[in-house]
Amino acid sequence: MAATALKRIGLVLGLPVILFAVWYVATDNSQSFYVPPLRTILSVFDDTWTGQRLRADVLPSALRLLAGYALATVLGVGLGVVIGSYRRVRAVAEPVLEFFRAIPPPVLVPVIMLFAGIGDGMKVIVIVSGCVWPILLNTVEGVRAVDGVLADTARSYRITGPARLRHLLLRSASPQIMAGMRQALSIAIILMVISEMFAASNGLGFTIVQFQRSFAIPEMWTGIILLGLLGFVLSALFRFAENRVLAWYHGLRSAQRKS
Amino acid sequence: MLEVRGLNKVYEGHQRRVEAVRDLTFTIDAGDLVCLVGPSGCGKTTLLKCIAGLLAPTAGEVLLDGRPVTGPPRGMAVVFQEYGRSLFPWMSVRDNVALPLKQKRVAKARRRELVDEALAAVGLAGTESAYPWQLSGGMQQRVAIARAVAYEPEVLLMDEPFAAVDAQTRADLEDLVRALWKRLGVTILFVTHDIDEAVYLGQQVIMLSASPTVVQERLAIDLPAERDQLHTRADARFTHLRTHVYEQIQAAKRGTRTDAAVASVAE
Ligand SMILES: Nc1ncnc2c1ncn2[C@@H]1O[C@H](COP(=O)(O)OP(=O)(O)OP(=O)(O)O)[C@@H](O)[C@H]1O
Ligand SMILES: [Mg+2]
Repeated sequence: MAATALKRIGLVLGLPVILFAVWYVATDNSQSFYVPPLRTILSVFDDTWTGQRLRADVLPSALRLLAGYALATVLGVGLGVVIGSYRRVRAVAEPVLEFFRAIPPPVLVPVIMLFAGIGDGMKVIVIVSGCVWPILLNTVEGVRAVDGVLADTARSYRITGPARLRHLLLRSASPQIMAGMRQALSIAIILMVISEMFAASNGLGFTIVQFQRSFAIPEMWTGIILLGLLGFVLSALFRFAENRVLAWYHGLRSAQRKS
Repeated sequence: MLEVRGLNKVYEGHQRRVEAVRDLTFTIDAGDLVCLVGPSGCGKTTLLKCIAGLLAPTAGEVLLDGRPVTGPPRGMAVVFQEYGRSLFPWMSVRDNVALPLKQKRVAKARRRELVDEALAAVGLAGTESAYPWQLSGGMQQRVAIARAVAYEPEVLLMDEPFAAVDAQTRADLEDLVRALWKRLGVTILFVTHDIDEAVYLGQQVIMLSASPTVVQERLAIDLPAERDQLHTRADARFTHLRTHVYEQIQAAKRGTRTDAAVASVAE
């Protein structure tokens, strides 16, 4: 038990550790202004990301990210269930959805700034506008793929309305919904940073750009490393949640593979 | 009382038009146990779905207590032929059986009682917390049966419910169905392709012809109400009845050979 846990941790951390070691060794004698030795970068890390800065810059970024992501999830799943349930709505909505999905979300930042200003609201809207599509489209697919026999079973036991939504539609579509949410998570991080680079007075993206503009290159690199760590932690949390929500699905799949 | 009047169902596909049921008329009295036999593909499942209000007939109608069935009626439970796909894979066995009861607003304590009783009756006590996909096919089928039994329906429709269980379990479940039927006074329509099973279980046996499907014959099973696996099956009357049903089914199959098998016409 403990041995397998150790092995898993080793597998997860192995490659990052190697990459960091390579980075460390390769830049050790670096004279380049833009690529300082990793040793230098790490030595300024503590002084750069003090408690004060975490509170003033990292926390607002994280809150925007969570707000945008949560809103996109609610919106995407809600609309997805409606669109997936009614063939008529789907016929009307699908071309429009494909169009919006094809627009790279960063392009929307200047447009959204026009009407949403440069406050937190704008950043949340930017995140939502990029994250909602994978969640929405995956939910539509998931709801459409509900097994006919299971739907008949629910209907014959008069499981309708909210109970049907909760016990049949959402659960049955949950593997697809989770897949959409996983895509959306990385989009959310990217858009958080980009929206803060455009117009902001605090946040991770803002701080990184500030460092770059004031030629504080090692500090800029610490920001990038922190961003990577944030992404890593978020995806680990996501995987933890997914394993709980989809435990039945993984069990079902492995049972089917065995037979 | 369940009435099927002039029922006709045609599936309209892209290329194919399949007449699953030609013209069916029969009635089932309240509290009756009727078995339905017929060759594979003759539309038994289609008929059941029409009765359950899951499928709108192309022509004709289904009446339950005099009212036309337009959607799933209250107090009806269906055991589907595809038992594996009719269980919720994200719910434990207990929750699968309990969900319809919850929907029916059965109080919690009573719900627990009904679930435990039903699972014990099908020999699944102790599997409450397992997921359906952790069970064998026959066990899954019994969960679906337990769910229908716990529901305490007035009308119970069963579509080849014992197809995946071994002979011994099958015999036990047959006796269970008869015991429940006697105890609860429920109306049962039981689809099977097993002629012996139909004769052993039913008060009546309705034989369907092959496609185009009509009622081939309706036979009253005049065996004593107390039946048991050993004596009833050895009874001369039983043998006589099963031979009769067998002959009718054979005749039904022969009758179709002259009558262009499946009514599938390219459009
Ligand atoms: N959804 C559907 N669309 C088109 N055709 C269908 C559909 N369901 C059934 N059929 C056709 O209708 C006919 C009757 O099918 P049905 O499933 O009712 O037969 P059955 O008597 O239950 O057969 P079995 O004993 O094999 O279960 C078959 O020819 C089948 O191909
Ligand atoms: Mg069938």
